[in-house]
Amino acid sequence: MTEPRAGLTTDPSEPRVAGLLAEFSGPDALRAAASGVRDGGYRRWDAHSPFPIHGMERAMGIRPTILPWLVLGAGIGGAAAALLLQWWTNAVDYPYWISGKPLFSLPANIPVMFELIVLFSAFAAIGGVLVLNLLPQYWHPAFSAKRFARVTSDGFFLSIDASDPRFEPALTRRLLESLGATAVEVCYAPATGRRVPRAVTWTLLIVAALAVLPPLWIARVRQSPSGTPRVHIIQDMDFQPRYPSQGVGTYFDDRRASRPPVPNTVAEGGLQTDSHYFRGQVDGRWAATLPILTDMEQMQRGRERFNIYCATCHGLGGQGDGMTHVRAVKRGETGWVQPRSLHVANVLKQPVGQLFNTITHGLNTMPGHAAQIPVDDRWAIVLYVRALQRSQNAGIDDVPAEQRPAFFQGGTKP
Amino acid sequence: MSTVAAPSFDNTTDDPRVRAPLTSPGQDLASVTELVSGVVERPRPPLGWYVAFVVSSAWTGVFLLLAGYLIGTGVGVWGNNIPVAWAFDIANFVFWIGIGHAGTLISAILFLFRQKWRTSINRAAEAMTIFAVICAGLYPALHVGRVWVEYWLFPYPNQMSLWPNFRSPLLWDVVAVSTYATVSLLFWYLGMVPDLGTLRDRATGRVRKVLYGVFALGWRGSARQWHRYERAYLLLAALSTPLVLSVHSVVSCDFAVALLPGWHATIFPPYFVAGAIFSGFAMVVTLMVPARAYFGLKDLITIRHLENMNKFILATGCMVGYSYAVEVFCAWYSGNPYEWFALVNRALGPYAWCYWTMVLCNVVAPQLFWFKRWRTTPALMVLVAVLVNVGMWMERFVIIVVSLSRDFLPSSWGFYMPTWVDLGMFAGSFGLFFTLFLLFCRYLPMVAMAEVKSVLPHGGTVRSEDV
Repeated sequence: MTEPRAGLTTDPSEPRVAGLLAEFSGPDALRAAASGVRDGGYRRWDAHSPFPIHGMERAMGIRPTILPWLVLGAGIGGAAAALLLQWWTNAVDYPYWISGKPLFSLPANIPVMFELIVLFSAFAAIGGVLVLNLLPQYWHPAFSAKRFARVTSDGFFLSIDASDPRFEPALTRRLLESLGATAVEVCYAPATGRRVPRAVTWTLLIVAALAVLPPLWIARVRQSPSGTPRVHIIQDMDFQPRYPSQGVGTYFDDRRASRPPVPNTVAEGGLQTDSHYFRGQVDGRWAATLPILTDMEQMQRGRERFNIYCATCHGLGGQGDGMTHVRAVKRGETGWVQPRSLHVANVLKQPVGQLFNTITHGLNTMPGHAAQIPVDDRWAIVLYVRALQRSQNAGIDDVPAEQRPAFFQGGTKP
Repeated sequence: MSTVAAPSFDNTTDDPRVRAPLTSPGQDLASVTELVSGVVERPRPPLGWYVAFVVSSAWTGVFLLLAGYLIGTGVGVWGNNIPVAWAFDIANFVFWIGIGHAGTLISAILFLFRQKWRTSINRAAEAMTIFAVICAGLYPALHVGRVWVEYWLFPYPNQMSLWPNFRSPLLWDVVAVSTYATVSLLFWYLGMVPDLGTLRDRATGRVRKVLYGVFALGWRGSARQWHRYERAYLLLAALSTPLVLSVHSVVSCDFAVALLPGWHATIFPPYFVAGAIFSGFAMVVTLMVPARAYFGLKDLITIRHLENMNKFILATGCMVGYSYAVEVFCAWYSGNPYEWFALVNRALGPYAWCYWTMVLCNVVAPQLFWFKRWRTTPALMVLVAVLVNVGMWMERFVIIVVSLSRDFLPSSWGFYMPTWVDLGMFAGSFGLFFTLFLLFCRYLPMVAMAEVKSVLPHGGTVRSEDV
């Protein structure tokens, strides 16, 4: 009965032949045998040794690997990544001025560039060697032979896969023996027919599937709005053991967290000694003169401020016919008091200091405007009010001399 | 369980006609496997391992407790203050990172120079690098105060619209040390894959078989895989070489870029790198001498290996001594009174005892290695190596603390005293380092078996001849 052709056995209970394993006495013998197998036209075979044998690549006809090119590519990628990273982060997106150092400086970028070249290249070297070697590899036909355990100690072996087109159990065995093999053994595929046990595959798949869940969940949570504050693990200074200002604190006897100011403390800008300027009073009486420079600039300022703050009630001309009055009349509001006209005798005779005081503190239903209008502007408004009053209460002496005759000619107004 | 070499075995001869053997006579592939795997496969490690492990674990516990205290209370528990804002924290950081560099030099630079003797020590030295970088990295992590927002150091898009400042050496440091840790780890792991395969194939218990099997990735010594493996190893060695030089140069820039007298010197990058290799080799010697004796690896880590490392210590020690002389010269030649004062203050000021300890340990002590007896006697070389490590720590302390304590204006001067937390954490970091190293010795292959086998004569199939 001839040996069953590899892979063509129809009896499922018989283990399938996966290859042949031949043992040799030493590295030289293995190398010589390798040339023989290569010349025999085999493609799917391998030599195994505890250390790399010099000259084995040529004997086996192994072509140089592309690994160095992968490493070169990764190194170039690392250089580009480092440059891009440093340029983008330090010169474009977050240009922070630090002791005058230039935002983009090639010499300063060299250390990180160099390290990333090495890092990326190392990853390519390790990743490349594992991927190209198809490691990790759970099983190989040679592992089915007990003697193969010596390969990592002092054994030298040659294995030929049964899947090679030229593989033929008897012929191949004879070739190996003729090449100086000290022993030839048949390798069998695992009984279950699977290279990797089912348990291992399923465990890896389940772990991979579970590992994907947390990032997906985090991504979903980050995209959606939240009614409650985000969970953040690093609380940092969220909860500070400190007293609130002006609040209750047990450190001092009076249970106040803040100490009251020292008696006679005055806030900055609060010491207003100039009574004329700050209160419009001179020697206890209303000031009759303005404490500011009375030039056209102040007049214009006064007009601008009057129109903003005062004209809504008192009207642009100071007649008391501002928009609020017009609106109140239109709406028929009961109990509405018309804003005072600035041209009545009562107001005309008030000194400027009293006018200033009215703007500051208000009068009757008019609120005080100290909070809205700074002191200087209030005096400017007083200056403008005086000009308005002059405009409605002028005498013949206020008319320029050359225009006076027009008033005395009979007929209509000039 | 191990072949003990005859006492007369001596491979430290310097006859240029005869290449010194790298292992004791009588080693072949099987014996190398036995020697190294046997250490891991013992059901119980020697009693000394337990004693050392208990002591180092206790100190690791001290470190963790004090770190917790530091994080909970604040950086004020250290002695750092103005003007000495950096003290033990940064000195320890530079100390540990420097120690790590020797491992990468042995692994990468000696590989590029085709120094076959590196194969016996590169695994343990790389492991030492990983553990030293862990100890080092803890210090910048802890010294920031708000450890819980450490991630702000990294460039990630955030709602504050902020980015880190890449023009600062402190950030170069973050990138450099992270890269160094990652690349060293990957390089170390890649080198270990074939040896993990050995342990997997020899494992008897199910747990060991599964664990070593997972990390061996299904390695089977395939020539096609060895081909890519060798290329990757060469590329990683070629990448690690400039990496190790750049990392400590970047660390030195933490100081050199500042304007402080005593810091602002262009010699710092090469000076620091030489010093790092100096202290690193001293630590490798300190670890290897007891390890080879205790775990029976004298046949693989021979006196010649130790002697070669001592020659490195001597050479880099001379470079460090030269750097001290250059510092003195530059301070004088510059005519800068602050620079000159900074130097005089180191030698004659309140910390003078630190400076002179440093000079004694770093310049004088390694000169003993001119003498063959000191180079080739394990007990003597450990003494020198320990002195070197003490001296190198003192050097970092002198550079950082003494320069900060007295700078331009006398009104800014201040005296620094370490607190018990400073000292406790420093001692604790040694505990962490030795704990990790002891675990490495117990569970992982201490010697790169595959690499040693590849440099055995006659492919290791013939027992190596007597010397």
